[in-house]
Amino acid sequence: MAPIIPTPPVKLPATFQPSYNGTANLPNDVLHKIATQCRLDALEMIYTAESGHPGSSFSCLDILTYLYCSHLRHDAHQPTWSDRDRFVLSKGHAAPALYAILMETGYIDKALKPTLRQVHSKLQGHPASQYISGVDVSTGSLGQGLSCAVGMALGLRLDDSPARVWTVLGDGECQEGNTWEAVMSAAHHKVNNLTAIVDRNRLQIDGSTEAVKGLGNMAKKFDSFDWNVLEIDATSFDEIRSACQKADELAKTTDRPTVIIANTVKGRGVSFMENQAGWHGKAPNTSEYEAAVAELQALLK
Amino acid sequence: MGATVQASSPAVLNEPINIESPKKHAPRVMFGETLVALGHENPNIVVLDADLACSTQTAKFAKAFPNRFFNQGIAEQDLMNTAAGLATVGKIPFLSTFAMFASGKAWEPLRNTVCYSNLNVKIAPTHSGISLGEDGASHQSIEDIAITRVIPYLTVIVPSDSTETQAVIEWAAETYGPMYIRLIRPDVPVIHRKDDYVFEPYKLRVERAGTDLTIVATGETVYFALLAANRLAEQGINVEVLNALFIAPFDVEGMVASAKKTGKVLTVESHSVIGGLGGVVCETLSEHCPTPVKRLGVQAGRFGQSGKAVDLFREYGIDAQAIEEAVVAWVKG
Repeated sequence: MAPIIPTPPVKLPATFQPSYNGTANLPNDVLHKIATQCRLDALEMIYTAESGHPGSSFSCLDILTYLYCSHLRHDAHQPTWSDRDRFVLSKGHAAPALYAILMETGYIDKALKPTLRQVHSKLQGHPASQYISGVDVSTGSLGQGLSCAVGMALGLRLDDSPARVWTVLGDGECQEGNTWEAVMSAAHHKVNNLTAIVDRNRLQIDGSTEAVKGLGNMAKKFDSFDWNVLEIDATSFDEIRSACQKADELAKTTDRPTVIIANTVKGRGVSFMENQAGWHGKAPNTSEYEAAVAELQALLK
Repeated sequence: MGATVQASSPAVLNEPINIESPKKHAPRVMFGETLVALGHENPNIVVLDADLACSTQTAKFAKAFPNRFFNQGIAEQDLMNTAAGLATVGKIPFLSTFAMFASGKAWEPLRNTVCYSNLNVKIAPTHSGISLGEDGASHQSIEDIAITRVIPYLTVIVPSDSTETQAVIEWAAETYGPMYIRLIRPDVPVIHRKDDYVFEPYKLRVERAGTDLTIVATGETVYFALLAANRLAEQGINVEVLNALFIAPFDVEGMVASAKKTGKVLTVESHSVIGGLGGVVCETLSEHCPTPVKRLGVQAGRFGQSGKAVDLFREYGIDAQAIEEAVVAWVKG
């Protein structure tokens, strides 16, 4: 297939009102419903594909839901708008979570759900920017997204754009050296328009992050690299909301990038998947799928 | 835009070409100066380096446009991925460091982030091949052509002198797509007069027409091929010299036409004979026009080593004398 040339960013009039303008301030129950629906969609895709990463998708879905539906300024009808907030899913294996929220916010047609990980599908196993509008850079190889986000932040700052850059990293991903190269770069270049959220679910493929290669006190690590550091219980929409709002404030009042260490639960939303490393990257069988759907649907009532 | 951009072209680029006593100029200096000229033309051009800005000559751009220059420190994966991020917001990043590290340490970000996303990043490393010299094998990229040309969407370009370097950098700035532009450390003979140089992208450039054998050379070895061609002509051997400026995509038609004419092809490169120019020529001819090929370059099983460039060209058998001997042995043997 011939390479697709990305459409360059387009300036829109100052009067342009994006469909998501960052001021929706959705209440927790609404966010919870959206996140649960996204979990259902993500799980359906993974079940149909018979492969994918449910645990890793579910741990970050509350964060993605809050960002895309209530915080970021963006519009699926203007995916190349130069001043839109940027988002990089550095932990690209949570692609089903990203696809679900991009379906919810109008970037991807829900009819594509059965095509996840199938030949000729736009829904590749890991996000491919060529095929998904609103995704600026392909991810999946871990450790690379934060550097990309820093590059975006530097470029937007050169253009005096009000856009902010957000990225979600896996905690296991922070074992990659490139992540820390980027952590240094972001502080050195003072990219205060960047916020990184670490999905601290404490599990990776081979087991506990602390057993595989300990990440220790991540807040302290980022602090020593001269970042603003916030740490939250990310099973609470209140805490996600207030941390993201605080990050916006810090973007204006400090010259540092901000990290939110988001303590999450791998597999969140399905009792038998929660806190189980085994559900990092495994598709459910039919009985597991039905049990999971029943649990999630109960949450919608 | 190419026509309006004028780097401070040194007079040496317009002097008559005499292969026997050539004027020299450093392509990396031309690279640095061309970036500055382009920077004045196009505010979207940004430059990144990894603590080698003085060596790669991007320091010139840094001085002229400090806010559009990003030193990423000694962190090549970060260098590559940050450039990718800048490209997504409409910038045209040129990044440089030594070729060993741009292609080696940052290979996977180059493949997965830059190329798979088809981002407009220009990777223009210097100090490629064995002519880097004294620093030795750890710094001599003799595999970079092989490992870049296999990456989908990536255009791989190896300029032979300063004139070509300027033309390539200007073309790269106005042509969309990821590119790997392989530059070198030393001053090298100017073999193209800027005034008559016509840049033809994606073509094998016929530097000298001939009938007895085709020498395909790339980068700084094109000069050695031309010098050898003079010596061979004195012995009645009339070789064709092709300049493989573009390695990927490779000019299949041009290669086949020359091979059909001469029936013998010798490749010359400051690179391993595996996977580089020798590799692409063998692949091309095996499939489209089976022709005997011999490959000069760093032979299988060898690393580079410390030494003066001129001595290394001798040791690894890619200087004019080595080319001449190889051709004589083949044609007369």
